[in-house]
Amino acid sequence: MFITNYIKDIYNGVKSLLTGMRRTGYYFTHHKEIITEQYPTEIPVMAERFRGEVLMTHDGNNEHACTGCTACEIACPNGTIKIVTKFDLTPEGKKKKAIDKFVYHLELCTMCNLCIEACPTSAIKMGQSFEHSVFNRAELTKVLNKQGSKVRDDVE
Amino acid sequence: MISFEYIANSIDTWLNATFNSGLALAIEFVLVGVLCIGLFAVLGLVLIMMERKVSAYMQVRLGPNRVGPKGMFQTTADTLKLLFKEGLTPTGSDRFLFNLAPFIVMIAAMLVLAPIAFAKNFQIWDINIGVLYVSAVSSIGVIGILMAGWASNNKYSLLGAMRSGAQIVSYELSAGLSILVIVIFTGDLSISKIIESQQTGWWIFRGHIPVLIAFVIYIIAVTAETNRAPFDLAEAESELTAGFHTEYSGMKFALFFLAEYVNIFIVCAIGATLFLGGWMPLHIGNWEAFNTVMDYIPSSLWFIGKTFFLIFVIMWFRWTFPRLRIDQLLTLEWKYLLPISMFNLLLATLIAIQGWYF
Amino acid sequence: MVEEVGVNDTGDLIINVGPQHPSTHGVLHLVITLNGETIKKIEPHLGYIHRSIEKMCESLSYRQFIYVTSRMDYLSSHINNHACALTVEKGLQIEIPERAKYIRVLMDELTRLASHQLWWGAAAMDVGALTPFFHAFREREMINEIMEETCGARLTMNYNVPGGVMADIHPNFQRKTKDFLKFFKTKLPEYDEMVTGNIIFQNRMKGVGILSKADAISYGCSGPTARASGVNCDIRKLYPYEIYDKVQFDEILDSSGDCYGRYLVRMEEMRQSISIIEQLIDNIPEGDFQAKTKAVLKLPKGEFYTRVETARGDFGVYIVSEGGLTPYRIKFRSPGFSNLSALNHMACGQKIGDMVAIMATLDLVIPDIDR
Repeated sequence: MFITNYIKDIYNGVKSLLTGMRRTGYYFTHHKEIITEQYPTEIPVMAERFRGEVLMTHDGNNEHACTGCTACEIACPNGTIKIVTKFDLTPEGKKKKAIDKFVYHLELCTMCNLCIEACPTSAIKMGQSFEHSVFNRAELTKVLNKQGSKVRDDVE
Repeated sequence: MISFEYIANSIDTWLNATFNSGLALAIEFVLVGVLCIGLFAVLGLVLIMMERKVSAYMQVRLGPNRVGPKGMFQTTADTLKLLFKEGLTPTGSDRFLFNLAPFIVMIAAMLVLAPIAFAKNFQIWDINIGVLYVSAVSSIGVIGILMAGWASNNKYSLLGAMRSGAQIVSYELSAGLSILVIVIFTGDLSISKIIESQQTGWWIFRGHIPVLIAFVIYIIAVTAETNRAPFDLAEAESELTAGFHTEYSGMKFALFFLAEYVNIFIVCAIGATLFLGGWMPLHIGNWEAFNTVMDYIPSSLWFIGKTFFLIFVIMWFRWTFPRLRIDQLLTLEWKYLLPISMFNLLLATLIAIQGWYF
Repeated sequence: MVEEVGVNDTGDLIINVGPQHPSTHGVLHLVITLNGETIKKIEPHLGYIHRSIEKMCESLSYRQFIYVTSRMDYLSSHINNHACALTVEKGLQIEIPERAKYIRVLMDELTRLASHQLWWGAAAMDVGALTPFFHAFREREMINEIMEETCGARLTMNYNVPGGVMADIHPNFQRKTKDFLKFFKTKLPEYDEMVTGNIIFQNRMKGVGILSKADAISYGCSGPTARASGVNCDIRKLYPYEIYDKVQFDEILDSSGDCYGRYLVRMEEMRQSISIIEQLIDNIPEGDFQAKTKAVLKLPKGEFYTRVETARGDFGVYIVSEGGLTPYRIKFRSPGFSNLSALNHMACGQKIGDMVAIMATLDLVIPDIDR
C-alpha cells in the first residue's frame, strides 16, 4: 500500500542516516584514533629497505668496494650513473683500472633498484633519506665516492 | 549579579542621565550597530575555526594546530590573506549589482539578528510579531543570491544561482510550517513570550510528537536554506559549476563566506529559541529544587550552549552525508517534507486545542 | 575550469570538463554536449599525460623496461610489473620457483586491496561525502608500510624481475599482513555503515549509468565494470596464471549493470582478496625467491602476450622480439581505455550530476589510458 511504503521508506532512510552519523560521531569523540604524524617535529623512521637515494658504503678506513666495473651504469635505465675511471699503479707496477668519480644524478634517479641488483661487489646501497629538496639544482649531481678513498684490497 | 541585562540597563540609565534622551537614543543605536558588526566578526572567526576542527576530528586528523595555541589564530591569518587578494570584477558584468549582492546577503542576515534574545531581557528589539518578522526577513537573502548569479555574466553562475534560489524558496515552506507548530502551542508570535512560555520546560519535551517532528523538519529545512551539505549542490567543488559565487574574489567573497556562517548561527539561534527554550534554563515542571539549581547557570550561557549544539549537529550532517542531486533535493521537499509538515500542523492543532501536552 | 565553448546548430550547450578537475581522476578532458541539464554526448579527449612509454621501452632491455609500467596504472603497479615479468618469462621459457609465485600473488592481492580502498574513498568524495576518503587512506597506509618494508617503495614498487622477485620477503611481512587483515576486517562494516547503506548514496547510484551485458562485451569492458553487468571476465578464473588455480575464491558477478552494482562488486572483491591472502599467508613454501637467469636477457624471435587481472580489468603485455637485446615493439592493452569508451553510452540521457557518479564507479586512472 502506498502509505505503508512511504512510511517504510522514510523509516529506513532515517535509520541509515543515523547509523552513518553514529560512526562519524564515534570518530569525533575518540581522539586516540587520530593518526596524524606531525612531520617536521617528528621525523618518521623509514624501513630498512626504503629506496631513498643511492649511497656508496665506506668503511672505517675510508675504503669502498667499487672496482669501476660499470655494471650499474649499464643496468641503469635512464643514465643516472656515470663512472669516470682512471688508471692506478699497483704495488707490482702494473696499471689497473680504478674508479675516479662515481657521478650520480639524483634528479634523474627513479629509485628502481636495478643498479644495486647489478653490482657484483655490493658497493652501493639504498639510503633512507627522502628529504632531497635543494635550492640549487647543481647540488643534486652527487659524487658518491668520498675524497681520498680507494677500493678495499680484498675486492677484485 | 553581573548579567547582560544588568549591564545593558546600567548603560541605558547612565546615558539617559548624562545626555538628553534624543542623543542617548542615537548613541545607543551606534553602540548596538558596532556590537552587531563585532558579533559578526567574532562569529565568523569562531565558526570557521569550529568547522575546521570538527571536520578534522571526524576525519581522523588534527585540524589547524600551528598558528597560535591549538591553532586558534588560523582564521585571523586567513582573513588577513583574503584582505590582500585582488577583487576582480569580470568584464561585461553588471557592476552595480555585482558589487551590491554580497551586501544584500549580509544585510538580510543582520536584520534577522534584531529579535533574537541572547540572554534574559537582552534583545535588540522585542517586536510583538517576532516570528513573522524572522520568516519574512530571512527570505530577502534570496534576492542577493540571484543578483550575484545574474550579475556575474557567466552562464554557469546563473544556473547555480537559479538552483540555489529554487532550493531556498522551496525549503522556506517547510521551515515556516515547523515554526508555526510552536506558535500554535504558545499562542503568541513574540519571541520573548515564546521563551517565557517555556518556563516549565522546553517545548521539545512538553509538546511531544508534533514538536519533535517539527524540530527534525526544521533542522533539515534550515540546512537546505543555508546551502549546507548535503544540499550544497549549488556551490560544491566536485560538481560541474562552482555556483553563484564563482566570479567573486577577495573581500567580496569573504563577505559571502561570512554571510553563510552567520546565517547558520542565526537559524540555529532561532531553532534554539523556539524549540529548546532560548535563554530559559532546563526546568522540569514543578521540581523547585532542580529549577533553582538550573537557574544559577547564567542565561546567556544556556543560549550559547544550545545554539552551538545545533550548529554542531548541522556540521555533523555536512561531514557525514553525500550530496543530493537537484531533482532529489526538490523531491525531498515537495513529496516528503511538505506533506509531513502539513500533517504535523494538523496534529499539533488538534493536540493544542485538546490540551494533550504537558 | 568550466567555460562555454559554444552552442552548436541545434542550440545545445557545449562545455568542457577541463583537464584539471577534481573528479576526473587524472588529466582527462571531456567535451560534453548538454541540452539543459541532460547530457547528449560525451567526447573524451585523451593524451594530456602521454609519455610515449611504449616507444621508450624499445630502447630499454628486458630487465629495464619493467619499472616503467609501474607508472602507468600506478594504483596496481605491482600487478603491471607482474604482467611484464610473466611475458618475459614466457619468452625465455623459464620456470620460477614456487616461493616466488606465492610472494607475487600475495603482493598482487595486497595491491588490489589498496587500489580498491583508494577507489572507495575517491568515489565517496566525488559524490560529496568527504570523510570516507581519510578513513580509506588510514587503511591504505598500513598496506603501504607493508610494501615499504619488503619492496622498498610505497607506490611504484619495482619488485618483480624476470625469474621471480627482487628480494625475499621481510621477516615481519607475515605478521604485519595478518595484523592488517584483522584490523581491516573490523573496518569493512564501518565502510558499509558510512557509505553503502546511506540512503542518499544509494539514490545517487541506483539506476544510474546502466550498461547492459551485450554492450559491455561489445565495448570491450573488463574488470569490475563488466562484471557488474554480468560478464564473466575474471582473468584469474578464465586463464589462471601463477597459483590462482590453487586458491579458492569467487568471481563476483552482478546483473544490474548500474553504478550501485559496480560499487557492490568492488566491495565484494575486497572481501575475496582478503580471503585469498588468508589462504596463502601461512603457507608460503621455502625455496628460492628468484630463478637463476643469465645476466643479459635475450628473447628469441617471436611474439609473446600475457594477460593479468589488475584492479581495473584485463591488462595485457604484447612483446614483439627480433632476437636482440631490446624489444622491437611493446604494446600494452590497458583496461581503462576500453572502459572509458563505454562512458558515452552510459551517460547519454542522464544529468550532469550522474556523470560524476559514473566516472567515480568506472575507476579510471588516466595515466593508464594515455600511457
